[in-house]
Amino acid sequence: MLEIGHSDRPYLPRGVRIVEDRVRGGRILLAPEKAVALDAIGEAILDRVNGEATFGAIVKDLADTYEAPQGQIAADVQRFMMGLRSRIFLRVKT
Amino acid sequence: MSVRPPIAMLAELTHRCPLACPYCSNPLELLGKDKELDTRTWVRVFNEAAEMGVLQLALSGGEPASRPDLVDLTAAAHQAGLYTNLITSGIGLTPKRLDALEQAGLDHVQLSLQGVNAGIADWVGGYKGGFDRKMMIAEELKRRGIPLTLNAVMHRQNLDDLEETIEMAVDLGARRLEVACVQFHGWAQKNRHMLLPTREQTEAAKQIVAEAEARLRGVMAFDFVPPDYYAEYPKACMGGWASAGINISPDGKVLPCHAAETIPHLEFDSVRDKSLKEIWFDGAAFNAYRGTDWMPDPCQSCDRKEIDFGGCRCQAMAIAGDASATDPVCSRSPMHGRVTDLLADALSETSNEFVYRRLSRSA
Repeated sequence: MLEIGHSDRPYLPRGVRIVEDRVRGGRILLAPEKAVALDAIGEAILDRVNGEATFGAIVKDLADTYEAPQGQIAADVQRFMMGLRSRIFLRVKT
Repeated sequence: MSVRPPIAMLAELTHRCPLACPYCSNPLELLGKDKELDTRTWVRVFNEAAEMGVLQLALSGGEPASRPDLVDLTAAAHQAGLYTNLITSGIGLTPKRLDALEQAGLDHVQLSLQGVNAGIADWVGGYKGGFDRKMMIAEELKRRGIPLTLNAVMHRQNLDDLEETIEMAVDLGARRLEVACVQFHGWAQKNRHMLLPTREQTEAAKQIVAEAEARLRGVMAFDFVPPDYYAEYPKACMGGWASAGINISPDGKVLPCHAAETIPHLEFDSVRDKSLKEIWFDGAAFNAYRGTDWMPDPCQSCDRKEIDFGGCRCQAMAIAGDASATDPVCSRSPMHGRVTDLLADALSETSNEFVYRRLSRSA
């Protein structure tokens, strides 16, 4: 139910956004009544989430950029996105 | 101990509210309009908060829509870079006002729910017609796509409607549902005989929430606050005293939590006299129970001391008579017997009347 398909286009729904944390440094995902500090991997994934790029394209872009096997990247991105989707911090267009 | 800045601020803009919920988290001594901070002071506080690292702002009350300057305050908070969350009963909001709030940058609405129909909701809220008006606003929020959390405050009188409550939240398009079982401070403590759920209700609620959470994964997220009197260990109140959240009362007092004024020996600084930063880092009330050094045994030697932080200081005050005691809800507390007694008393009392939250006439 939460798994994101190859051609799904993930996006951050209204009320979810990424901001710079001026005091603590780094970037934060802000959502209704929640704040999640992003690590470098989370940032790299979410930088590519725009409602246009498909899951497959995001994975390929990350694999090319970081010269890593697509299978491994796909699993990591899937896990990360499913976590966000379960909290409605991320939705997909099919 | 290094003190980190707060992440979230709860701004209680006013104690005024058309509703009179008998579990209101406002103090028994409600403040009148003449005591409230003005627009300019609130705006200064929002800016100070953002500068010191606050990310999330809850505009609350009372009913924040009772403040005529709600739109201006929302705009100022948004401009300060804060995530703005309106915590409301819906009463006092109109389509026109929602236009202005959206324009001002409002991020999210948390709508309270007293019951699943007018009969129970208007009885609990003490306000006839409130439920119908709330539903109109809920539909309006849905139509606009404003991110919505439904805050269902649950207790003995409405826990049996939990499944219906969950379906209602789905129908209203809520992204999150808080199943918030009443915590017993202030007004709720006065109404414990009416509000305390039975053990059977508590067990059923846990199962219903677990089942719904699995079924609705990806549709609606849950935050569940179970009734803590039946728990083995206390709740990690505020994630530890003065660790992440800061509260401002309508007259500008800065509190570690909304019930902190029930601890009589604490003195609270005001944003009228000092900067927020000074109060958060150096204020006596904030440092009173920060960290773990203040803890007595059994907490001090407990393997859970950094899990639940000794529980709730206000509950320790209310039940043990000592704010620095282990939360008596904890099964390891020497005072735990008092909770067992309270449960028995509250469930055996025969009354069918609420003590509604009202501004006292003398105030």
